[in-house]
Order: sequence, then structure tokens, then C-alpha cells
Amino acid sequence: MASGIKDKVAILGMGCSKFGERWDMEPADLMSEAFEECLQDAGIEKNEIQAAWLATGIDMFNVGPGALPLAVSLRLPYIPVSRVENFCASGTEAFRSAVYAVASGACDIALALGVEKLKDMGYGGLPQRTRGVTNDMFWPNLSAPGVFAQLATGYGAKYGVSKEDIKRAMAHVSVKSHANGVKNPKAHLRRPITMEQALNAPMIAEPVGLFDCCGVSDGSACAIVTTPEIARSLGKTDLVSVKALQLSVSNGTEVGYDGWDGSHVVTTRVAAKRAYEEAGVKDPRKEISMTEVHDCFSITELVTMEDLGLSDDGKGYKDVLDGVFDADGAIPCQIDGGLKCFGHPIGATGLRMIYEFYLQLQGRAGERQLANPVLGLSHNLGGFPYQNVSSVSIVGRYGE
Amino acid sequence: MIGITSFGAYLPRMRLQRQVVAEANAWFDSGLKGLAKGERTMCNWDEDTITMAVEACQDSLGDRDREAIQALFMASTSMPFLDRQNSVLVAEALNLNSSVRTMDVTASQRAGTSALLAARDAVMAGNKQVLMVASEHRRTKCASRQEMLYGDGAAAITLGSEGVIAELVAAQSLADDFVDHYRSDGSDFDYDWEERWIRDEGFLKIVPRVVNALLQDAGISPKDIQHLVLPCEQKRTPATVAKALGIAPDLLADSLIENCGVTGTAHAILQLAHTLQKAKPGELILVIGFGQGSDALLFRVTDAIEKGQPALGVSGNLERRRAETNYNKFQSFNELLEKEMGKRSEIDKQTFLSAMYRNRDLLTRFMGGKCSECGTVQMPKMNYCVNPECGALDTQQNHPMSTVKGTVQTWTADQLTFDFNPPAYFGMVVFEGGGRLMMDFSEVDSESFDTGASVSVHFRIKQIDGQRGFRRYFWKAIQV
Repeated sequence: MASGIKDKVAILGMGCSKFGERWDMEPADLMSEAFEECLQDAGIEKNEIQAAWLATGIDMFNVGPGALPLAVSLRLPYIPVSRVENFCASGTEAFRSAVYAVASGACDIALALGVEKLKDMGYGGLPQRTRGVTNDMFWPNLSAPGVFAQLATGYGAKYGVSKEDIKRAMAHVSVKSHANGVKNPKAHLRRPITMEQALNAPMIAEPVGLFDCCGVSDGSACAIVTTPEIARSLGKTDLVSVKALQLSVSNGTEVGYDGWDGSHVVTTRVAAKRAYEEAGVKDPRKEISMTEVHDCFSITELVTMEDLGLSDDGKGYKDVLDGVFDADGAIPCQIDGGLKCFGHPIGATGLRMIYEFYLQLQGRAGERQLANPVLGLSHNLGGFPYQNVSSVSIVGRYGE
Repeated sequence: MIGITSFGAYLPRMRLQRQVVAEANAWFDSGLKGLAKGERTMCNWDEDTITMAVEACQDSLGDRDREAIQALFMASTSMPFLDRQNSVLVAEALNLNSSVRTMDVTASQRAGTSALLAARDAVMAGNKQVLMVASEHRRTKCASRQEMLYGDGAAAITLGSEGVIAELVAAQSLADDFVDHYRSDGSDFDYDWEERWIRDEGFLKIVPRVVNALLQDAGISPKDIQHLVLPCEQKRTPATVAKALGIAPDLLADSLIENCGVTGTAHAILQLAHTLQKAKPGELILVIGFGQGSDALLFRVTDAIEKGQPALGVSGNLERRRAETNYNKFQSFNELLEKEMGKRSEIDKQTFLSAMYRNRDLLTRFMGGKCSECGTVQMPKMNYCVNPECGALDTQQNHPMSTVKGTVQTWTADQLTFDFNPPAYFGMVVFEGGGRLMMDFSEVDSESFDTGASVSVHFRIKQIDGQRGFRRYFWKAIQV
């Protein structure tokens, strides 16, 4: 087996714009807001960046095609810039590209930046959009909450969990993330909610209600990566390094062949197993200090706890209700508010998750700082539960 | 012996209560209250004459050998396409052999019986089995008598010379440009003339001419007839005509006005199909089509009638009903209102015809693939077998899935996505014998629908492109 990515690449700097309804901001403004923080944090000059990757999720209300939006917005010095899109994992994919470039030795310092400008649509939620010329002819005319809601019906049917219990666990997920979001000045939604509010919110796609859905936000996040050696030579101590970067992509088996029952996400399980191996994690429940998972909908977070092996199958809803993933629980999840409250500018999301770990691991997370975190696991799920891309990444203190 | 070898019907499940239509419009026309009895069938937003025709034919064909069908004639005055042969689409959805001869028959309330006569001619010319279907979904103006009296529906009949359940004994036609109503190119609605004139100069003069000629030719007395099918929107006129013909009015077939409405050019075939569910061997059925003249057809029921019954027929369809009391929904589905559909509806709904043609086996025939090496069924059919243990290349054999039942594995009721009849229900269907597909559900009864529900698949409208005047179709799952 390949030696893997563990500790080959360190994060030199990171930045993240405020997420939210940034009505007065162009995508270029969001990018420079994140990039200036990142550059200052890295302590280098812009012309030291040798290659860059831009992540975006949805084209139709966004920055336009190609890599130009990043190069032009930041006035990058004629370096190679590439655009990556892989649904909601796009930000993590840009990060993976930059990390792999550094690890390969093709360049010393690389930039990964994700941006999304979703709030120019004129309506709430993600844009209604084509899924491809042929797909549109036979796929259901679906929405994101509609496809993810089906995890709840599949999960309930498999484990015999009542609709009420699932709904309560889903509500707990959202109440927890709102409580976390209050403490994050960059978060989109910074208002606590109660169980009653979550349970009684208007239905979006049964059983997913309004408060089971993450925010649709504008925002940008970025990372500058290099080798640990170069980072040290630039005077950095307390390095945060990459431990694992895994991606698993559906091949149509779940949606086309017997076996998958709609209660879990196959790719997350595959990516998690590989990521733990790559990072040398033997017992994730003990070794993972914190997670940022793809809580596009509260039910996704619940199921993901099982897919990552942090809960036993069929028991995740109990762990959620028992507070295992709350800020003061055994494995805090979405300590920054998550997609739910930090917001979900698609292209930026994966980098936003790593940004939070980067702050937490360096003790810079302010009011929401966790005690002595060692490893952070981030997870993105792009597409649909039955056909998707799933990334699992682990970052931690270098050398530990 | 040439005659009917099978028959079937389809009525939309939704039944608009006439009372709510009358109440909504009473401020304008209190006279509508006189018609405010019973209910009429109404197409769901995803139903039209093509989808209803497919359903009626499925009911008629059941599990009979479809290779034997050598022609398909479709009658309607409300076909979705003026230039794209509608019957070809129906034939493909039914998985008929592509050597089938097809024809659209239209432009008269008599088109149903005319198609039946054309089918007779085709059998006489040597075709083994000929399928005809009449289907109608007429738009009507708000607060009109037609809105109260019309219904949507379809009926299908197969004619042949073997396994005949009702012999076609005699037929007679008459052409006469009697314009009781018309709908011209570019107009959406019928324009009609005074009912009393239609009765006196139309039905009472034209029908006896054609019927008397037929009976005389066949050497049959009116008293020998046990069933008279005479479609008419006027409640009492058929009895008056029957008397004039020398046939007892109580032998008239159920008009279906009370619980269905008059289904236009499909109605004679629908009433005939209804009659065939009750008729006894040896009985004579006289069927009249009326419109710019008249067709008269005389059938004699054979001993095979009991074995030739469809799964549902008209009576089964009448029972499978759901009362609809929302008049606004009826108006909305029939595009009688300028309705705010929301920004999500503004997505471009263009159908790319070259891609549609490439994928017609999946889209129209609901054809899956079956691996010749491991036997795994997959939807859609692709190059590589989906079974991870197999993965063989180019081993997929055509595997028809349109009559295979399935089970709901996951579902949701989506309020966010655009749908003409929200919420949009969709989810994973797992088919008996293998294969699965994430697909739309239609006709959902929210009380009983859940994971584990048994479903069958039905040809429905998938998307309507109002901008370009196109609609595309696909299969949706409906709870059994």
C-alpha cells in the first residue's frame, strides 16, 4: 500500500470570510476577505504561492466558469490555477489538490480556496437546477432536503425506530448546532433555538423541517499549504498537519443493486475506513477529538455518526439524544455551528471545516475552544445519499 | 368470426365533486345547480389522453401476447400533439412490436367508433389482432355546462378473429355535416348550439337513419337487442331516441354521467366496455357513435365473455376513486388560471430530442437490462453489469419492467422542489426479481403510503415545457 499523506504536508495559514447573506459582497470580495486573513496568517507574500485550486459547487448563480475568478480576484501572478467541482466536497477537493501538489514536490507552497455566492437567486434554499440532459428525463424532480429526508425513512424502517424518536434526535442535532453557532462570530446563524421550535417548524420534505436544514450562505474559506520543513523554516511552531485525505465516489451500486437499504451512506463508510488507516487511527471513538461533518440536514449528521463508526449501527439516534456529540460531550460535533449555523457556501464548506480544526488545534478558537484537541475529522457528502461523493479528512498536531 | 377479443378502460382516480363547481359559480350562473349531482373524472396534472390510452390498453391486454398486435389505432379530439403521431408513443409505451401499424383518428365525437370500424377493416384485411383505444381530456370553460358534464377517460378494445368474446355482426355509417358543436384550429374550447335543436334535428333524425339501415341489412329486429350504447351529454335524449328506434329505454347502457361524466369520443367505447362487463352470452349490443353523422355497430356476445374480462374494466375504475373537492386544483391542472407557480418553476424545462430518442427504450418502454452472465437486473440498462461480483461488459439483455411490481424502500414528500401538485413524492423502488430506481410517485394517499408499500409503474407526464409547447413522459410508481 502507498505510504499515504500523513504528516507530509502542513497548513501554513488559513482564512475564512464571515458566512451569511452577504448581499453587498461580490464573490471577489468574499475571496479577498478570506485570502487576506490567510496570507497574513501564513506570513508570506502572495507571489510565493506557486499553484492554486479554486472550488465552487453550483455554477448557475456564482462566479462564472474556469479558474479565472480566483486568479483575477486575487491578482495571482500568472501561476497555474485550476477549478475543481465535486458537489459539496468541492472545498475539500481543492484542499486535496493543493496538498497532493505539495506532497509530490511539484510545488512548495500552494493555495486552496473555496467560494460560493448563493444569495443572488431570489429565493431561499439551493437553486432548482438541471441534473444533466438525460438525467432530467428520468430522475425525480428532487430537492436536496427531499433526497436526504429519505435517510430518515430508510433508517427508521431498518432499525424500527419510530418517526417521533427520529424527529426528536434530528431536533437535538439542530439545537446543539445552534447553541454552538452562537459562539462563532463568523457564523451565518447565531441564534439559539429550542427543541419545541425545531420539532414544530414548517415541513420542508417529510420528515425534514425548516430547522433540520442548513443555512444557504455566501462565503469563502482558504488554506495555504506547504511541507512541514518549509513551515518550520518560515518560523512556524505548533504545526497542524494533514493526517488523511480520503474520497469515495458511488459507482451506482447503491441506487442500482440489491443490498443498500437507504439507512446509511456507503461511501462515507468506505472513506472513513481508509482515512483511519491512513491516519493510523485505531479507535476513532477515543482518538478523534472533534468532528465537522456534513450536516446539510440534521438526519445526515445522525446517520454520519454511524457511518464514521462513532456510534453503533442503529444506536446513533440514542447517542445524539444522550449528548455524546454536544459541545460538552465525548466527541463534539460542529463546534463552530456546522453547515447548520456557520452556513453552507458549498465551495467553501470543506475548507471552513478544516479552518475550525486549525484554530482549535492552535488554541485560537476563542469562546468555543475545546480542551486539548489532538485530531479533527471533517466529512463532506456531495450528491444524494444513494449516489454521492464522500470525503473524510483528518488533520492534527504535526508529529503526534 | 371477427369481433372483440379483449377490452379495458381507464378513468383518472380523481373525481371532482360537481357540487363544489356549482357552488363556486352560482353567483354567476345559478342554473349550474341543476347539474350539481355526482362527480366527474378529472386528470391529474400528469395525465393526458396519451397516458390514459396506455392505461386502458394495459387493462385490455393484461398478460396477453403483445407480439400478436399488428395495428394500433388511437381516437381522440384532445391529443397532446398535432404533428407527432400520438399512437406511436402509446405503442412504444405498451412495448408493442415496432412493425405495428399505427394511426391517429380524430376531429369528431365519432372518432372512437370510426377507429373501431377501421380496426375491423384491418382484421378483415388479415391482421391477427388490432388494438384500438379512444381517450379524451377536453378542456372546458369555467362555469360552463361542459365543465359539469364532461369527464376524462379512455377505453380500449382488441379486435381479432380468434378468441372472440363479442362478434361484430354488422356495422353501418352515415356522414352528415351536422354541427352541434365544434372546436377549430387555435381554439381551446368547444362552441355549441341549442340542445333542443341537437336533439330534434340531430339525434332523433340521424341515429334512426343509420340504425334502421343496419338492422335491415342484418335482418335483426330492434326487439332482439339487449343493450343500447348511445353516448350523449343530454340526460333524457337517449331514452327518446331508444323509443324512436323501437328499443326499450331500460336497455340503455349506463350513461356514466352521474359518476364519470361524458368522455367525448371515448365515451361510446367506454360504455361498450362497461356493458361487456355485464352482458351475457348471446346478447346483442348496439353501439352508436354520433358526430357529423353516425356509426352504428352491432355485437353479439359469445360464450368466451366470462374469460375475457379485464383486471379492472370500467366498474373497477369507477370503484378506484378519490373524491376531489378542490375546484381550484381542477382549474389549475387544466390551465384555466394564471397561477403563481413560484420561482422554482422557472427552470428551463427543455427536452433535448436527440437525447430523448437515444433513451427511448428506458423513457417510453421502461426497459431495463438483465445480465446474460449473472442474471442481475438493472435500471437503467448500462454497459457494465451493476452486480459488483460480476461487472461483465456488454451482457445486458433487454428486460421489460413496465409490468413488474415493486416495493417502496425510501420516500419523502418534498415541499421545496417545484411540482404541479405538491408535495412531490419520490423515493427508491425495489422491483420484484431485481432492479431498483429512484423515481417519482403519483396518486399518493398520504394516509397509507409508507416504506414497504407495494407499487406498480405507470406511464405519466414527467415534465411540461410551456415555453416550447412540449411535454415529456416517464414512468411513475403508484401504490397498488
